[in-house]
Amino acid sequence: MSAGYTSDEMMSVAAARALGDGMSCFVGIGLPSKAANLARRAHAPNLTLIYESGCLGAKPSRLPLSIGDGELADTADAVISVPEVFNYWLQPGRIDVGFLGAAQLDKFGNINTTVIGSDYHDPKVRLPGAGGAPEIAASCGEVFIVLRQNPRAFVEKVDFVTSFGHGTGKGDREKLGLPGRGPTLVVTDLGLLRPDPETAELTLTQLHPGVDLDSAVAATGWKLKVSDDLETTPAPTEQELTLLRDLEKASA
Amino acid sequence: MAELLSLEEAVARLVHDGDTVALEGFTHLIPVAAGHEIIRQRKRDLTLVRMTPDIVYDQLIGAGCARKLIFSWGGNPGVGSLHRFRDAVQHEWPVPLEIEEHSHAGMANRYVAGASGLPFAVLRGYTGTDLPAQTATIKPITCPFTGERLTAVPALNPDVSIIHAQRADRGGNVQLWGITGVQKEAVLAAKRSIVTVEEVVDELDPRPGAVVLPAWVVTAVAEVPGGAKPSYAAGYYERDNSAYQAWDEVGRDREEFTKWLNELTGVTA
Repeated sequence: MSAGYTSDEMMSVAAARALGDGMSCFVGIGLPSKAANLARRAHAPNLTLIYESGCLGAKPSRLPLSIGDGELADTADAVISVPEVFNYWLQPGRIDVGFLGAAQLDKFGNINTTVIGSDYHDPKVRLPGAGGAPEIAASCGEVFIVLRQNPRAFVEKVDFVTSFGHGTGKGDREKLGLPGRGPTLVVTDLGLLRPDPETAELTLTQLHPGVDLDSAVAATGWKLKVSDDLETTPAPTEQELTLLRDLEKASA
Repeated sequence: MAELLSLEEAVARLVHDGDTVALEGFTHLIPVAAGHEIIRQRKRDLTLVRMTPDIVYDQLIGAGCARKLIFSWGGNPGVGSLHRFRDAVQHEWPVPLEIEEHSHAGMANRYVAGASGLPFAVLRGYTGTDLPAQTATIKPITCPFTGERLTAVPALNPDVSIIHAQRADRGGNVQLWGITGVQKEAVLAAKRSIVTVEEVVDELDPRPGAVVLPAWVVTAVAEVPGGAKPSYAAGYYERDNSAYQAWDEVGRDREEFTKWLNELTGVTA
């Protein structure tokens, strides 16, 4: 890429920037884990990472391939049982941010990781399932989602609600009594989306440098709303890129 | 009291066709060798239980050992999907597979209820999702004190739970450390249990943060060094990530899988 970085690198950097120092973050594996570990190295040394395998305050020196790698346990403040993770730490609302990936995401931030196709019993594609995500999406203070943007992943309505976002719009979470604020940010390889304050519909608020609006619209399976004050993401700094590449090199 | 048995004998005696069997482990300490022994002994119609069925469950499913899977996340961690699991759900190959699907929080609480001798557990979970419509073991319940709407899930009480641990002593007391997931609960919830261990030692010296299962809650201990490979055993060996990546190719194809199965069982189909 002529800009000197890839769209995936931009995505990881943008996702990392969303995590502030001192926050606690329940980390999903894959892209969320990469972003969270970059954040801890770049600008948020006091970010607490929590993995559902029971690793509380993990400080891995390389990216874990799985959620229960030895590196996570060896560097954690404490290793606790899985029931304890969910019952004592997640459920009472002690965790600021849930950082999740998705196979399918709809315009109200509902997540599908269960089945592709409308018939649960005869799916087109059987996906891994829920894992910790439904309760992470319900109980964390807010939820960030990171995934690559294309029309197969960004759909008008998910085939299956594995993890509840904003349902059918503003107010649905309150009606159900869900404690957290739900998805407040979606980071993709093209830009950032945030729920509209009035309707909760995901709206493009930021484009990454070099991405034109038409391609973001074309990569979205619903009629994408665009913020009136659409901003451009600051390009990754040299420092961010170096830290990200070092992290990936250490993990290869 | 736990008996020290060979793995072959433990599986032959304690796992029966039609049983509900949980082989638990959360990335770490997965009882892979025990799973392979179940395949070799051609156990059938099992209801398999596990929060995170990974490649050993893919192998059990592909080998036709299971009629049902109770789970919350079925994948090859860090790699992708389980193709034998997919094939069974999407195409009923080699046999149809019924599924009972939960979230991690739900499954963990089901084991806790089972270990606690209670009929069900209560949690704040599943709200707004499509899971309760597909899974009969997720029901709403009202708190009798506050009126809050919560979710109830029934206890899991497997016929047999199987786990892998670092060590046991000659009396059958078991010690495991590092990421211990839901293994303690799985053993305490089960009617019978098998623990495979890296080694049997004269004395268990204390380890910070270790889980100890006293001999009187364990049915059988089998010494199986390397019994968690390609997963890992903290203090003994590391996770073989390349084996997980390599499984993707084998699991993807029925013929490749059948070759793998024949090599494991020593039988040519």
